Amino acid sequence: MAHSGIEVLFEGQNFARLIGGLETTIAIAFVALICGLALGLILGVLRTLKNRVLRLVLRLYLEFFRIVPTVVLLFLFYYILPKTAGVNLPANEVAMLVFALWTAAEMSDIVRGALISVPKHQLESGLAIGLNRWQLYRYILIPQAVSLEIPATINLMTRVIKTTSLLLLISVADVINVGQTIVEANSKQYPNSVFWIYGFIFVMYFVIDYPLSWWATRMNRRRLERVND
Amino acid sequence: MSSWQIIQQSLPVFQKGFKLTLWLSLLGITGSIVVGIGCSLLRYFRVPGLSQIATVYVEVSRNTPLLVQLFFLYYAFSIIGIKLSAELCGIVGLIFLGGSYMSEGFTGGFDGVSHSQIESGKAIGLSKWQLARFVIFPQGLSQSIPALAANIIFLIKETSVFTVIAIPELTNTALDLIGMYYHTNEYLLVLVVGYAIILIPLSIVLTLVERRVRYGTFGN
Repeated sequence: MAHSGIEVLFEGQNFARLIGGLETTIAIAFVALICGLALGLILGVLRTLKNRVLRLVLRLYLEFFRIVPTVVLLFLFYYILPKTAGVNLPANEVAMLVFALWTAAEMSDIVRGALISVPKHQLESGLAIGLNRWQLYRYILIPQAVSLEIPATINLMTRVIKTTSLLLLISVADVINVGQTIVEANSKQYPNSVFWIYGFIFVMYFVIDYPLSWWATRMNRRRLERVND
Repeated sequence: MSSWQIIQQSLPVFQKGFKLTLWLSLLGITGSIVVGIGCSLLRYFRVPGLSQIATVYVEVSRNTPLLVQLFFLYYAFSIIGIKLSAELCGIVGLIFLGGSYMSEGFTGGFDGVSHSQIESGKAIGLSKWQLARFVIFPQGLSQSIPALAANIIFLIKETSVFTVIAIPELTNTALDLIGMYYHTNEYLLVLVVGYAIILIPLSIVLTLVERRVRYGTFGN
């Protein structure tokens, strides 16, 4: 294996740079998830209220973020924010904003779906014992919705993490962008570097995402067993 | 030149990208469904050896981003002597990704069939194959339709990632035009409308299909 080219990973600062890129990727995913999930939770609850205008507006918000591919969303915000709103954010922050808004849209649908799938007699029993709307959400709807909601939320998290691979497109110095630079700089000396660098990135994404999706699948299976038996 | 003229002039180019997006999606989705059904059957019947391979494939494929998969196919495979054209790479990549999503969708449907149904089947003396053929597949497939619909929309949107290996689909077309003429707002508008033309009618149709096949579960 003298010339396999795996040395490229550890030459000079390469490894430290890749890890640095990975940190950027994780930081963006983290901020986007915290803000997006919180906002999505609120929007999801609002979508179960009776106000028609509010529901329509939130539905349109969801559909917009559902229909436009994330790649396109990134470019929309990247190009149009500075031009029309005069807001000049660095690419990292544009990415956080886009991912947070997209996460919120998806999350709002998960939350809404979970809330409306709580059986109706539960709701009516709550009303019958004289709970008000807030108490109904606090003691009946939310606790029951959570078990439905958590696997879907974890799956959404894995999707957001995977989608950070698109950061490269708006020139954020994420792990893939750094990897690409290393591959280009070493293509003469290590023609196989492309294999090792992208291989490393591939494995990194898997290592982060696999435990999450394993957890989600297990929880979902347990829930199904409870429901089916 | 007014915005409208800019848009009009760009339409023929966009049309090409639009068609390519449609084609790539169609081939990718068809392939994904085939791979997905294959994998979910291997896993359902616990075919020794093959079902484990299918499981590993599904986990690797759905826990890594399409962009990295494409880079691997496009750049890394050429090192070991497998050179694919960008378009072929795109389709293979999309099927690689979509296959696992579809497999999970079908498996989820099969798992969703209630135990009382399976036990009733056993009670009347159905063999394992009959149980699958008459009880689990019909109910499981109709339960997996929502996942299937979501995956179809997801895969069409994922074709926008193809721009990184320079396949001239819709997104790539828009980015190219922006690079050449700088009419950013106009081209981005056409781009969004392009996806809307594909996805809005499709998602309406899929919702209707979902409603029609919802008879499949017991007690509904």
